[in-house]
Amino acid sequence: MTAAAALDKTPALERPAGFRPSRAVREALAGSLFATPAVVLLLATILAPLIALVVLSFTDYELGAVDVRWLGGDNYRQALGDPVFRRAVSNTLLYVALVLPGGILLGLLAALAVHGRKKSRGFYETAYFLPVTATLIAMAAVWQFLLHPRIGPVNAVLKAVGLPEQAFLSEPSLLIPTLAFIGLWNVVGFNMVLFLAGLSGIPKDLYDAAEVDGAGGSVDRFLTVTWPMLAPTTLFVAVTTSITAFKVFDTVAVLTGGKNGTEVLLYAIYLEGFQYFKMGYAAALTVIFLLFLLVFSVFQAVKLDRRVHYT
Amino acid sequence: MRPSKRPGDAARLLRHALVHLCLIAGAVIMLMPFAWMALTSIRAPAEILSGGFWPIPESFHGFKNYETALRIAPFGMFMLNGAIVCAVILIVQLLVAIPAAYALAKLRFPGRGVLFGLIVAGLCVPIQVPALPLYMALAEFKLLDGLFALMVPFFLSVFAIFLLRQTFKAFPDEIIQAARVDGMSEFELLWRVVVPSAGPAVAAFSVFSVVAHWNDLYWPMIVIQRLDHAPPPLGMLFFAGSESGSDFGSMMAGAVIVTAPLLLLFLVARRRFVQGITMTGIK
Repeated sequence: MTAAAALDKTPALERPAGFRPSRAVREALAGSLFATPAVVLLLATILAPLIALVVLSFTDYELGAVDVRWLGGDNYRQALGDPVFRRAVSNTLLYVALVLPGGILLGLLAALAVHGRKKSRGFYETAYFLPVTATLIAMAAVWQFLLHPRIGPVNAVLKAVGLPEQAFLSEPSLLIPTLAFIGLWNVVGFNMVLFLAGLSGIPKDLYDAAEVDGAGGSVDRFLTVTWPMLAPTTLFVAVTTSITAFKVFDTVAVLTGGKNGTEVLLYAIYLEGFQYFKMGYAAALTVIFLLFLLVFSVFQAVKLDRRVHYT
Repeated sequence: MRPSKRPGDAARLLRHALVHLCLIAGAVIMLMPFAWMALTSIRAPAEILSGGFWPIPESFHGFKNYETALRIAPFGMFMLNGAIVCAVILIVQLLVAIPAAYALAKLRFPGRGVLFGLIVAGLCVPIQVPALPLYMALAEFKLLDGLFALMVPFFLSVFAIFLLRQTFKAFPDEIIQAARVDGMSEFELLWRVVVPSAGPAVAAFSVFSVVAHWNDLYWPMIVIQRLDHAPPPLGMLFFAGSESGSDFGSMMAGAVIVTAPLLLLFLVARRRFVQGITMTGIK
């Protein structure tokens, strides 16, 4: 603590006059300098592309095209009327609707069950979290094999117990639920870890107080203490899960390639923009995608804002 | 061991067993794909095609499957690409984010509020949004199909700035003032006094960043055409889509190779992973 000692030896009064304003200027200079690389990258990789994206979405630009026409809102009108894009939106929403409640419920149940364990907690935490770290695209290839109609073990088990075989990856009505199941498998461990952190933040004396108030049973304790205290965690888990689900892409790319009516939003954008090079149209789709994300993020933004004001 | 006579004890024991049973059933579902991936990667093709669910391979066929996988697709190169991309991205992210986060946390400078607002707004913008214009710009400068194109959109991590700003804000102002009076420059002060105290946050972010970029498929799929610059996920996609995609033995061998580094990292540094996740959410 030599620095602190030095502070004691040099009281502010003994400093040369004019030190204070130059100190503020120096601080402003250092601050600006430190922030410059981030500002440059922010402009180059986020802000400028965002502006370009919005402008592009009003044109008919295609990669390599010589002339570009201003279309106004035509791309958006076309998107909203396009049955393929509408199916991509409804598929994505169905996927979110399956993954979101399941992801919250299973993550919470797993956390509640694991929280009380002492010796086995490490094992369960590892087992449930493993799918989060694994490269999803490689694991999608594994699921492709597991669910294979002829040689996959899942159908072999179904057959062995006398159930009919299921074409999980080609029967249209099963495709989105199958993708959602893999999505759940991927996200439950992540949510469990978040809920575990939330659970360990609940003060123990709240439970004692609840017991005094007559909330003795475990269901009572959950409803009076755990669930209300977990509300911020649950909100955060809901937002991250819905955004993750909304960005479903990897499993679609490996397992269906968007065929058989499995278009999802990101895959549609990928095809229009980077396979057919219809930049203007893909830009409009991306803007719609961003609007959906913003709706999901509003909750999070509100929460971040609150946190910012309190820190 | 005391024999339990009270009905409450028996009920508790039963509930305890039931919870464990559910947890184990869940763990089996979670781990089954990994087990099957590893087991299939050492199974003989004929046995795979017969389609049973008996887990133990009849004969060890591992060398052949892994050899085929490595012959069909250059997994060594994919891994090297992935390692280079992850390392450079992380280093640049930290070099950019640390000073910016410190400035936002501790220094008064013009535009600070606006910058922080933009950083928070940037948290809601995933790579898929600026992808189109970034792709066009990279095409314009003839930079597509290279490692630079793979890395450049990620040099700025608004998340890193957000996370580190919070960490730096908690650093005591008195120490900073004292170091300044001692004649330390802001630069020295940041890297020699403040950053060393932020070790856990930096480590947690590093884990987060490496996992995200090792596993990312969307952006590589867009900018990389030639296989020799492909990172592991793109290599895996190529492998699963090629005609060898029906050779499940070597495909599973490929999946083992691609997933192994992060799985091992996770098993070694589970604490950091969990910490990284919790830091992102709850503070």
